[in-house]
Amino acid sequence: MSRHSVGVLGSLRATFMRELLIIWRSPGDMVNPLMFFVIAVSLFPLGGDPSPAYLSGIAAGVVWVTALLAVMLSMESLFRGDYEDGSLEQLLLSPQPLYFHLLAKVAGHWLLTGLPLVLLSPLLAMMLALPEQAYAPLMLGLLLGTPTLNLIGAIGMALTVGLGRSGLLLAVLVLPLSIPVLVFGTGMVQTALAGLPFTGLAALLGALLALALSLAPLAIGAALRISVN
Amino acid sequence: MLSVSALHCERDERVLFTGLAFTIAAGEVWQVQGQNGSGKTTLLRVLCGLNHDYSGGIFWQGDTITRQAENFRAGVFYLGHSPAINKALTPLQNLRWFCAVSGFADDTAITAALAEQGLRGYGEVPCHHLSAGQQRRVSLARLALSPALLWILDEPFTALDRHGVAALERQIAAKAHAGGSVLLTTHHPLQLDCEVKRIDLDARARQQALSA
Amino acid sequence: MWQWLYKLGSPRHFYEMTSTFLPWLTFVTYFLLIVGLVWGLGFAPRDYQMGDNYRIIYIHVPLALGALWVYVMMAVMAAMHMIWNIKVADMVAKSCAVVGVSYCAVALFTGAMWGKRIWGVYWIWDAKLTSFLILFFIYIGVMALRSAFDSETSASKAASVLTLVGIVNLPIVYYASVWWNTLHQPPSRLSLSAEGANPPEIWIPVFFTGFGLIGLVFLLVILRTRNEILWRERRAQWVQDLVKQELSRA
Repeated sequence: MSRHSVGVLGSLRATFMRELLIIWRSPGDMVNPLMFFVIAVSLFPLGGDPSPAYLSGIAAGVVWVTALLAVMLSMESLFRGDYEDGSLEQLLLSPQPLYFHLLAKVAGHWLLTGLPLVLLSPLLAMMLALPEQAYAPLMLGLLLGTPTLNLIGAIGMALTVGLGRSGLLLAVLVLPLSIPVLVFGTGMVQTALAGLPFTGLAALLGALLALALSLAPLAIGAALRISVN
Repeated sequence: MLSVSALHCERDERVLFTGLAFTIAAGEVWQVQGQNGSGKTTLLRVLCGLNHDYSGGIFWQGDTITRQAENFRAGVFYLGHSPAINKALTPLQNLRWFCAVSGFADDTAITAALAEQGLRGYGEVPCHHLSAGQQRRVSLARLALSPALLWILDEPFTALDRHGVAALERQIAAKAHAGGSVLLTTHHPLQLDCEVKRIDLDARARQQALSA
Repeated sequence: MWQWLYKLGSPRHFYEMTSTFLPWLTFVTYFLLIVGLVWGLGFAPRDYQMGDNYRIIYIHVPLALGALWVYVMMAVMAAMHMIWNIKVADMVAKSCAVVGVSYCAVALFTGAMWGKRIWGVYWIWDAKLTSFLILFFIYIGVMALRSAFDSETSASKAASVLTLVGIVNLPIVYYASVWWNTLHQPPSRLSLSAEGANPPEIWIPVFFTGFGLIGLVFLLVILRTRNEILWRERRAQWVQDLVKQELSRA
């Protein structure tokens, strides 16, 4: 086989696969956010009240807030390694369209850290006595919401990756920006519990995702250029 | 190829260099000299487009680098202090990604480049199992793969043994003979069979101090 | 006009131009604030329902609006800094953050006072209160990010990016809290600004305090920006001349 051009799509695929491989090779980055998700959720019945009446009232909020925090904690693995070993510089210096490479990276990251949270959420919803009709809106909401949270978190991570000690600062920057997703996500579950249609809210979450997909990579790119400077 | 005019950069209230002007033509090797903290790394990072805190003009093939952004990035290869090698991945996987963002795929060339660096048979070993010198060689294997015209190398001889140093010197000279250009910093006395032009940041700083 | 704007972009011209109209701005701001406060707190009639409690609107409403508009101003400055690399724009943005967060904090505090008197609790999760709390958090985030960097240029660029992300987010936050509020409780009729029902003697002082507090925004932002200019340009000849001049006068 000799040298052949792979084009933009081929190089995007390479970035995407590389992200998957890196997370796959360091399973802690993938498993720890999930473990955090499960453990933090199970603290609420212990610290509050284990009666189903109380739990089902707070279930949606608890699952969403914990998922939000788990996403924030997982962001560290998105740019930290690449920043420290210099791969980020290579990406910024490559003739490739940065916008799409950042999307590919975040997509790969979400697939292995965000999607598992979505898949695990029904189990936690069951432990928190959430009525069954709320499972679908919970999962659909998380499915639409976690990629947005990932993109917002990536902006925060890109801004703080050069600072070294970024954990708490990242939370201070990113959590306020994540509130709309949280509000619509939990709202979807509560609307379903009240027996009302929740498709409108799903559309809103989808709109937020579309907005984040189109604007966040610009902010991430600008932030990364500042961070490697 | 790359030319610079009235380049000025200061950091932490200290002028690193000012009024810097030079032109790197095809087939030339340039060395930036200066003691620690004289701004060698900053100059290289400014020239490859990673550092934007400068004033003055940088031109690629006669046009500003902002207008030539894509050609410029495709034409320059930068090797910094960090190796740009992910330790969880194998050399093969690392280099495949490097080739892909440079726009091509070529496993034969990757294997050949690794063999050239004395890493035959290490292609599938995760990089955290390799020594620091071997990781450096994985990073240097990118030189043979990169289609760039200009290499900007920051301390490329770090962590290399005597054979590695000699091989890299040959590679740099060969690049110049083939019509490419190299701009590098090093504290190692270069032994190349081609002319080396020099930018001395210390001497410039002394001159400035005198004139001021 | 353009030349005037262009000149404002130079730290020295900004400093010199603001020097000329600063006394006027100071005078007008103090005049408006004093008239508004004396009239509003001392002479405006008591409200037939809320008694003297309503008087807090004389500062609360302008402060809240001010906190919001300062953010918009900060975002415009951040955009100018990002696009044209105007250093003064960043210095203004940095000053805006401090003024904005102060306005936001005082607005939240006066809001809590009002809440205690009228609703019986310091805090309710009302849409307006919630969105101002989030605005406060975003201000804090921008300031925290700026102070985390060692290098001034990186700090200013990073803060600009976050400010712009924040301005995209703010309308969504507001919409989300309004929607969320209707989900959890019927929309409250407890509006702070029911001027329609009140006689003009009650609401005219609001104009004075309102414009006074807007004047105060500009006054504080300009003063802080001037300090910032002197600090960042401290090695420039004109600043050193200025300092010598001031010292010899004193």
